[in-house]
Amino acid sequence: MNTQSNTTAPMLGAQSVAPADIPALRQFRLLVQREIWESRSLYIAPLAAAGLFLLGFAISMIFFPGRLRAAVGSARLHNVINQPFDIVAVLIMGVTFLVALVYCLDALYSERRDRSILFWKSLPVSDTATVLAKASIPIVFVPLFAFALTVAMQLLMLVLISAVIPGTGVTAGMLWNQLSLFHGWHVLFTHLVTGHGLWYAPIYAYLLLVSAWARRAPFLWATLPLIAVGGAEKIAFNTSYLAAILAGRIAGGPSVDGAPAGTNMDAMTPFTLTQLMSSPGLWIGLLVAAAFLAGAIRLRRHRGPI
Amino acid sequence: MACIEAHGLRKVFGNNVALDGVNLKVEQGRILGLIGPNGAGKTTALNAIVGLTPYEGTLNVLGRDPWSQRDQLMRDACFIADVAVLPRWIRVSQLLDYVAGVHLHFDRRKAENFLAKTTIKHSAKVRELSKGMVTQLHLAMVMAMDAKLLVLDEPTLGLDILYRKQFYDSLLNDYFDGGRTIVVATHEVEEVQHVLTDLMFIDHGHVVFSCSMEELEARYFEVMVQPDNLEAALALKPIHQRQVFGRTILLFEGAEKRQFEELGEVRTPGVADLFVAVMSRQPGREQGAVQ
Repeated sequence: MNTQSNTTAPMLGAQSVAPADIPALRQFRLLVQREIWESRSLYIAPLAAAGLFLLGFAISMIFFPGRLRAAVGSARLHNVINQPFDIVAVLIMGVTFLVALVYCLDALYSERRDRSILFWKSLPVSDTATVLAKASIPIVFVPLFAFALTVAMQLLMLVLISAVIPGTGVTAGMLWNQLSLFHGWHVLFTHLVTGHGLWYAPIYAYLLLVSAWARRAPFLWATLPLIAVGGAEKIAFNTSYLAAILAGRIAGGPSVDGAPAGTNMDAMTPFTLTQLMSSPGLWIGLLVAAAFLAGAIRLRRHRGPI
Repeated sequence: MACIEAHGLRKVFGNNVALDGVNLKVEQGRILGLIGPNGAGKTTALNAIVGLTPYEGTLNVLGRDPWSQRDQLMRDACFIADVAVLPRWIRVSQLLDYVAGVHLHFDRRKAENFLAKTTIKHSAKVRELSKGMVTQLHLAMVMAMDAKLLVLDEPTLGLDILYRKQFYDSLLNDYFDGGRTIVVATHEVEEVQHVLTDLMFIDHGHVVFSCSMEELEARYFEVMVQPDNLEAALALKPIHQRQVFGRTILLFEGAEKRQFEELGEVRTPGVADLFVAVMSRQPGREQGAVQ
């Protein structure tokens, strides 16, 4: 550990030592680490879902050689091989997204409910650093973890499949060609980082804001006002702009050439950086997210234990 | 420069004035006891000092404005709110890692040495510890921070007497070195009075009494009056009077000690008795209604 450097200052002489700062990166690493210690569901839930999937997949290996033999030479072969690999990617994506939403709703609420905010605030960590570290969990770390877990799962599945293909007429080379995992990982990585990270950022930031604000039931505060406002809009103007905005944010992604990104992994092509930068929806979303986070920082500064 | 300096400190919650123009000056090396009934404004004052709440008026703590510079201030100041603020999910080892990672002046080995004297295991979670052990843990963390100011808000609330005594003993023997400043708000007046160098009573957001312990000894006398001398003693205008086992005990302020010696047994009043005497003279309070 790097505590050694702290022990060198003698007790009384400490005042005269120029107070160097804790490096921002080291502090940030600890803040993120703290979040993961507290919210173990962030990784336990996806791991449990992946484990369960793997069990099902292992069982399916009993029937898999038969399905492969039947599909060899036909166009269905591609689908038979790729389907479980797509399913596991979508499954992990879905679970990590849900876990990220739950995390955000709890992040600035539970520390007030259990009064531990008084302890956290007694340490030399700013509200800005705290909130940004919390926001980085769903925006950066959960998508990266989802990617790593999916890759690990797909490699495990590849090993399992390789063990059962002898005698089916499918060679390892055919299998690899059909799967085109590297392309798939490229698509998945881009999708997770831009879609689940950046495109969803305003959703996470909104939930963090509610989490910093609500005195109780943050889930209801996060959802009911949206439903109420949407309903009022429908009654008053017979329009559904709010609903359309929300649906577009949840179902869509950074649009390329005006068309939202599809959900079919196979058909997806990774965005280039320029395509991404030119998507106005992404930038608007990030601006909104920044505003929500600024609100959450302000609220955390003012709010005490509930 | 004073460690804490406040002028006209004011804080209003809705219709409730929690602090109403508090002036306060705490020099470095003092141990100030902030004593007052529930709702007097003690917690609000301490929260303002450690930057947890905005306020009107001016407040300077270790040369900083606490509200706008809380994170910088907390490099040199520590705060123990009460026994229940350590997160229940955290492990002792994680707590050590975290504080060592974010606090510049945290001496991890010191905290570990202190914990070694307790039965707290590094693998334990806070939720598994008893209330007294959580306080020991929090104190271990705070004592390992090389801070100039320690702010304690009811730090031993709900603990049994053994833990309370140990808490203040540790604080005095292992922590206080004359260079540090401590502000403690508490109800347990009798247990802290031998620790304090200064005393401040607060009520309805006002400072109603303030003196150093030396002043207290020099200016206040408690006289257990002989029944025959009662009338003569009352003529000297005691600030408070109470009955114990049929004897009358009178509290006097600001006179010569020998004046009282012929009236009965003279001693320095306890802080608790002085508190009752001061509080019962506050408008709107019945005599003896406090504590």
